[in-house]
Amino acid sequence: MTRTIAEKIIAAHLLDGERDVAPGELVEVAVDVVLANDITAPIAIREFERLVENGRKRTVFDPRRVVLVADHFAPNKDIKSAEQCAQVRRFARQQGLVHHYDVGQMGIEHVLLPEQGLVAPGDLVVGADSHTCTYGALGAFATGMGSTDVAVAMATGKVWLRVPETIRILYHGTCQPWVGGKDLILYTIGQIGVSGARYQAIEFAGPAMAQLSMDGRFTMANMAIEAGAKAGLFAVDDATRAYVDGRVSRPYRVFETDAAASADAAYTQVIKIDVSRIEPQVAYPHLPENARPVSEAAAEDVRIDQAVIGSCTNGRLEDLRVAARVLRGQRVHRDVRCIVIPGTQQVYLDALREGLIETFVEAGAAVSTPTCGPCLGGHMGILAAGERAVSTTNRNFRGRMGHPDSEVYLAGPAVAAASAVAGRIAHPASLQNT
Amino acid sequence: MRIEGNVWKYGDHVDTDAIIPARYLNVSTAAELAQHCLEDIDPAFATDVQPGDIIVVGENFGCGSSREHAPLAIKGAGVSCVIAENFARIFYRNGINVGLPILECPAAVAEAETGDRLTIDLRQGTITTLRTGRTHRTPPFPPFIVQIIKAGGLIPAIVGGLVDW
Ligand code: SF4
Repeated sequence: MTRTIAEKIIAAHLLDGERDVAPGELVEVAVDVVLANDITAPIAIREFERLVENGRKRTVFDPRRVVLVADHFAPNKDIKSAEQCAQVRRFARQQGLVHHYDVGQMGIEHVLLPEQGLVAPGDLVVGADSHTCTYGALGAFATGMGSTDVAVAMATGKVWLRVPETIRILYHGTCQPWVGGKDLILYTIGQIGVSGARYQAIEFAGPAMAQLSMDGRFTMANMAIEAGAKAGLFAVDDATRAYVDGRVSRPYRVFETDAAASADAAYTQVIKIDVSRIEPQVAYPHLPENARPVSEAAAEDVRIDQAVIGSCTNGRLEDLRVAARVLRGQRVHRDVRCIVIPGTQQVYLDALREGLIETFVEAGAAVSTPTCGPCLGGHMGILAAGERAVSTTNRNFRGRMGHPDSEVYLAGPAVAAASAVAGRIAHPASLQNT
Repeated sequence: MRIEGNVWKYGDHVDTDAIIPARYLNVSTAAELAQHCLEDIDPAFATDVQPGDIIVVGENFGCGSSREHAPLAIKGAGVSCVIAENFARIFYRNGINVGLPILECPAAVAEAETGDRLTIDLRQGTITTLRTGRTHRTPPFPPFIVQIIKAGGLIPAIVGGLVDW
């Protein structure tokens, strides 16, 4: 019996025709979209070209469905990165790729693809980037793979997959002020651990998810991988339809969990979470599962050197609005560098038109063109030994943002902005005027 | 396929940033990446590792990013096999795709210590610790995965006509 959203999407993409699938089965599926970036595409292109040299292949399976985004080390941070971006550019031109995004149009891939309508509900997407799972917010089955898998997918339009088991997480209750998708997902990873969903799909469901904005859903689906999950999915509802309306121009299918499946049999676990009990969260170094309520961190006087607001987790307009609400009329603490990075050109423009950028600059924050930048310790805000950052990104592994002896505390945009003002990890409600 | 080598042992959740930090991702050849393999958790590894050595780790090895640079760095360092309690899923695929043998065997992990010498038979799915003489079993790879590993990765296996495509 095919019951969960993940199983249904996989079943609909089977190469040998739609039929029931069961968790654990190895299947071959057709993909709708294949993605790579300036770090992973060079290896994928190298592997693809080995197929070309051996006469196995000359062109990608569909130039409209292979998406390449230069976002990690772009705008080019050094000569080697420039070479990598140049290699991606050459390949995109030679293959006639419709969706190659370079500086000036590009954004962080997982903010950009949904925004540009490149992913639709019901799609099966593979990307050479672990946060490809972000598109689960649209009701798509999207998963990260390595460059070789993606090279084969670029060539053939197909991949093999193991049908994952599904964990269902039901959120109920009403969020406290300043609590958003980031706090809910950090709390959830704190509960189940960084390998709690290894090899499985997560379905995020329950009445509190129906209340959550699309931006909040992208944030949650984005961090499914931080619990080890293969995919993190939301059911399609009116909010999803309103989001894709006017963006997605091709027909799509909506897959729903069977009503009978709510009887829990289809899931390896059903976890219930009362969101009204969740405070804004902070995940301590060096694992995303080290989530604690911000009040605990505030009581410990955790001084910070840098605050980063951006990334594929929290670089969307709603995130910038929240940060601006905290920073308006405030000054970034003199000992803190606050760096704000809109996720795409469109987010940047919207933030500019709304006056958010002005608020950031007036508060003493540095605002950058879209890039992954400091999220992976690439550029635009690397930490020195002994430095500490609060960041709206998704990973706080040792050395992730720079020196191996630096520290990253993960939080949502409200806490990151409040901490930038306070100079130490702070609850946004503790600032005056907020 | 028989493998023999000395053990380098590490703990749980060794992530892809620990295996190869992002600051080195502006290159992508195995040899260049190998020079920085595991340097943030063990600076001695990249300089002292010997061809054929074996990495033994706890749970969720390779969690984090999808970077294929991680198994490439390990393979480039001359490591012949990684044995873990279990692997993060993207790393698992990537290991096989680049032709790096990876095995899940909690019993062998529990027993092995840094400096131990192990022999591994990939086709049989056996791991023997020479110090104790004990042999541990793990489900053997299906033949098509052994083919991929022998060919040196998925692409060479496709090019060589060894796997269906
Ligand atoms: S913002 Fe960070 S996590 Fe997201 S794609 Fe870029 S490097 Fe990866």
